[in-house]
Amino acid sequence: MTAPAASGVAALLRERLDVEARGEGADLEASVPVERWRDAARVARDEAGCHYFNWLTAVDWKEQGLEVLCRVENLDARVALTLRTRLEPGAVRCPSLTGLWRGADWMERECFDMFGVVFEGHPDLRRILLADDWVGYPLRKDYPVDMAQPPYR
Amino acid sequence: MEVTPPRPRVPTPVWTEFKDLQEWEKYHHERSSDDKTSEALAAIADTIHHFPGGWLVTTSTDKIFNWARSSSIWPVTFGLACCAIEMMATFASRFDVERFGMVPWASPRHSDLMIVSGTVTIKMAPMLKRIFDQMPDPKWVVSMGSCANSGGPFRHGYHVVKGVDRVVPVDVYVPGCPPTPDSLMYGLLRLQEQVAHFQKTGARPTAGGQ
Repeated sequence: MTAPAASGVAALLRERLDVEARGEGADLEASVPVERWRDAARVARDEAGCHYFNWLTAVDWKEQGLEVLCRVENLDARVALTLRTRLEPGAVRCPSLTGLWRGADWMERECFDMFGVVFEGHPDLRRILLADDWVGYPLRKDYPVDMAQPPYR
Repeated sequence: MEVTPPRPRVPTPVWTEFKDLQEWEKYHHERSSDDKTSEALAAIADTIHHFPGGWLVTTSTDKIFNWARSSSIWPVTFGLACCAIEMMATFASRFDVERFGMVPWASPRHSDLMIVSGTVTIKMAPMLKRIFDQMPDPKWVVSMGSCANSGGPFRHGYHVVKGVDRVVPVDVYVPGCPPTPDSLMYGLLRLQEQVAHFQKTGARPTAGGQ
């Protein structure tokens, strides 16, 4: 199997998605708009051969909105690609990647649990770590840490 | 960012009562009205106590009961976090709490003591309460380590109960992070002292009154 090297993956992203991949060596990073999130993931999986879904998480940039990141890897060519997308300020909706990687299922549930990012197309989006009746999303910057959590505060 | 969380499929138990130590004690000391056996026993004890010279019998019986209780406390093995390792070390051969009559027992139904060893998360608290409720009276709780005492280093986290005394009434607090087996043994000896003063009413000695 001829797997594309890091420069090949960067060229592929530039050609197919018109995004510039940053990074050095085999560690690439690319920002895509949210409407092309799933397209970018499809290119990364099918054409760049990144079949290994490592993690998915989010960052709360306060007034600038949320940012969703995921890291996929091509284990044959040893290329790691970090995809990131910025949501609009106040927006919580993001396309789901569960159709591409089964491993994205619980990662997106955790991201929903902690940040409240609603992944559209996710088959079973509910809380995974916290209790079902938890109020709020703890890893957001505006979450009050000492907020009363019934019944034990 | 208004998102309504999904409705829970299984209704989670709401532990609204027993939020506080005083509240729990108040509830706990009210004997249920239809407890005929306890009433009969209390009446018999009362009769003996008011018989001339009978107080000698009742007080010494109390002492015998309390001696028996304090010298065979069975702790339920309830390990929550890293403190549980020290608790296991205390139970094991080097420190050997069995010489105090303590048998670590893996069932709450046969136990007298719950050593809360570790961080109590908000999600774990209802299970802890349930295990505590399954233990027969009289029962005691030792809060082991900073996390169980007050939340410890995780006090400002979003998910930690800030002290296990918000869930169950605590008799002895053992400080430390984690407490050494020596500390826990000292706490258990203090608990034995408390149990030896345990009266038939179930009233625990207050902090300054012992």
